Amino acid sequence: MALNRKIAYINLSNGEIEIAPIPLEMRKLYLGGRGMDMYLLYNHTKQGIDPLGPDNVLLVSAGVLVGTLASASARTHVAAKSPLTGFVGSTNMGGFFAPELRWAGFDHLVIKGKAKKPVYLWINDGEIEIRDASHIWGQGVFDTQENIRQELGDEEVKVMCCGPAGENLVRFANVMTGLKNAGGRSGLGAVMGSKNLKAIAVRGTMDIAIKHPEQALEYDEQMINKVNRTKFAQIMQKWGTMFIYGVTNSTGLIRCQNFQLNQLVGGDIECEHIEEVSFGTEGCFGCVIHCRHKYIIKEGPYAGVYAQGPEYTSQGAFGMEVGCNNFNTILVGNHLVNTYGLDTLETGSMIAWAMELYEKGILTDEDTDGLKLEWGNDEAVIEMVHRIAERKGLGDILAEGPLRAAEKIGKDSLKYNIQVKGMSNLHSDERPTPALALGIATGSRGSDHLRSRPAIDLYHLPEPVLRKIYSNPTPYDGPLTSNYTDYEGKPRQVQWHEMVYEAVDCLGVCKYHTIFLSPNLLSFEEFCKLLYYNTGIEMSPQEIWEVADRAYTVERLFNIREGLTREHDWLVDRYFDEPTPVGLPVARGKKLDREKFKKMIDEYYGLHGWDENGVPRPETLEKLGLDKEPSHKL
Amino acid sequence: MQKILLVDSEKCTGCRACEMVCSVKHEGVSNPTRSRIHVIKWEAEGFALPMICQQCESPPCMAVCPKDAISRDEELGRVAVDYDLCIGCKMCVAACPFGGMGIDTVARRVVKCDLCDGDPTCVRFCQMEALQYVPASTLNLRKKRDAGRKFAELMSRFA
Repeated sequence: MALNRKIAYINLSNGEIEIAPIPLEMRKLYLGGRGMDMYLLYNHTKQGIDPLGPDNVLLVSAGVLVGTLASASARTHVAAKSPLTGFVGSTNMGGFFAPELRWAGFDHLVIKGKAKKPVYLWINDGEIEIRDASHIWGQGVFDTQENIRQELGDEEVKVMCCGPAGENLVRFANVMTGLKNAGGRSGLGAVMGSKNLKAIAVRGTMDIAIKHPEQALEYDEQMINKVNRTKFAQIMQKWGTMFIYGVTNSTGLIRCQNFQLNQLVGGDIECEHIEEVSFGTEGCFGCVIHCRHKYIIKEGPYAGVYAQGPEYTSQGAFGMEVGCNNFNTILVGNHLVNTYGLDTLETGSMIAWAMELYEKGILTDEDTDGLKLEWGNDEAVIEMVHRIAERKGLGDILAEGPLRAAEKIGKDSLKYNIQVKGMSNLHSDERPTPALALGIATGSRGSDHLRSRPAIDLYHLPEPVLRKIYSNPTPYDGPLTSNYTDYEGKPRQVQWHEMVYEAVDCLGVCKYHTIFLSPNLLSFEEFCKLLYYNTGIEMSPQEIWEVADRAYTVERLFNIREGLTREHDWLVDRYFDEPTPVGLPVARGKKLDREKFKKMIDEYYGLHGWDENGVPRPETLEKLGLDKEPSHKL
Repeated sequence: MQKILLVDSEKCTGCRACEMVCSVKHEGVSNPTRSRIHVIKWEAEGFALPMICQQCESPPCMAVCPKDAISRDEELGRVAVDYDLCIGCKMCVAACPFGGMGIDTVARRVVKCDLCDGDPTCVRFCQMEALQYVPASTLNLRKKRDAGRKFAELMSRFA
């Protein structure tokens, strides 16, 4: 049954493997997935360890509802201390790896140490083996998976792996499964590479018993019909996440040329272009939104290559951020990062930053080995992807991430970089949107549009609708406004979304089936029922909120232990000093107000039960049962 | 009019929800290994094909069964296994050219699609309509219409 999945502790240094049950008590505190991983991260690491050293722990998990009738129940969570930021490293990906891990009998993997030479894990129906990976070291993401399947003689084996970028310890290398399912942020691919762990292969034929099968089937059908009926789902099914570009670009909510503009004027990279190259869409396990296109590149040196996507993030990374206006560059860039195993977001943002430095003369032709890093130079952008993945020339410096690269380049370079806690921001421009700005400033893993983005703030929902959402399942009677340029009421929105996304990540369901992008979709009420029908666990919406609150507070404790202070919950000066130059009147001439932002941070801390330095108060820790952490229960 | 379970692979997004709901419906568990339907994928080519029992008119499985445990149910248009007679010799598994007969090592018997007694669960959950349960007459007329539409589009360009 869903709750009898095991946890495995694997020591790559000495080859020891220990398998244990996950106590129900722990399930009730953290459920599973990201929540449990955050507890494990805090308990299995010591302060100040090197993220690329053997003492870092790599955590891989399937959420507690993965592989059950919870609509898109496909998500894998991966965590470690981040080599990019030194804070919480946490990332999430779709596809088919997590369900297979569960059918193989496991929910959590705790991987420590470092193998003497490249290895991969083979997990099969309750058994774990460490196998030689020397012959696949150096291979691209997809080739790795195909070769492992061939070696094991089973086409149904699912594999998650790092690519050459992870092997080269690029600090924003990702972990991947399938052609394009990426755990992109915080550099977990480099953690895999640093452990000589090339891949994890899994195959399972074990039952996951559904506690109340008839009701689960009934409710699942209701949920997927609910999702399918929304306008949002219908648009996503057709265009994928790139549909977001239409509204955000015409409004002026997009970073263009790093941070110089907030709109790509005269842009020709709309999502409709995908129709020219796509031959269908694909979906993750159990999903009705199937948001990724299957396409074949038609132009240039990569013509004939089959890839999947691209996402809104790649549209930014290889489009607006670098001043490029060529859809083919996006198609190629997406394919390359998915082959090298690089975070598309970080890659694009680092190249965009380098381009601004080049424009300002901080980087010269000597630094770039003659490469013209000029806005819109498609070939240069693609070339830089190679150089970052292979750590060549300037690529070797950029591979270190914003803070270390800025230190190496020196001069005034850091102030041009759009990052929080050392992690780059998405190509969204939050100057007109205080709620979204607060979200990226406070997100536990750095600048992050997924930790707490109250995306529905952009929909101008009427106050009664907002009141209904944000006063449940815990009470709130402070202000709320429909206007996304306001500061009032936004701290509550950010906190609320932190909780719901943490809950979603504990369950292992895809955010696109939830209130993330549509106010009518799954939230705490629905999570309760999904949990009950599939696993038998009875939890009220408030209790699920409490699990999320507990897990998120553990993330805060981890960060504080690693040196986080209030100063880290802030944005670079450009957000406050440079007004947006273009866009619709609602978005033009906007910059953030330091005083108002400070007040939002204060209120945000207050809502969490943290003191003025963002440290959880003793009574908050007691309420959540965290006063004796680390407790080493698992 | 007899209904047929129609597979339209072009509409399949490879989500495998059908596999999960089939195993839950029949066995109360989520376990594709015990499902009667499987989506076979060619990941490098981006192709997904749901494969099920073809409910043959002259089933090879029925022909090889030493205990006459397999028969055709004309009302539902399906091929069914009588577990009171079946000895689990698995000759039917070997005989089927489509992999339509599977082996369930937990329930310790051979398993195949039974069309959920006339209300296929996989069809119910396939949002893409890659799986449809339609009258036999509709089946090829629908395909003719889809193909004809492409032809008509082409013709209109030259009209």
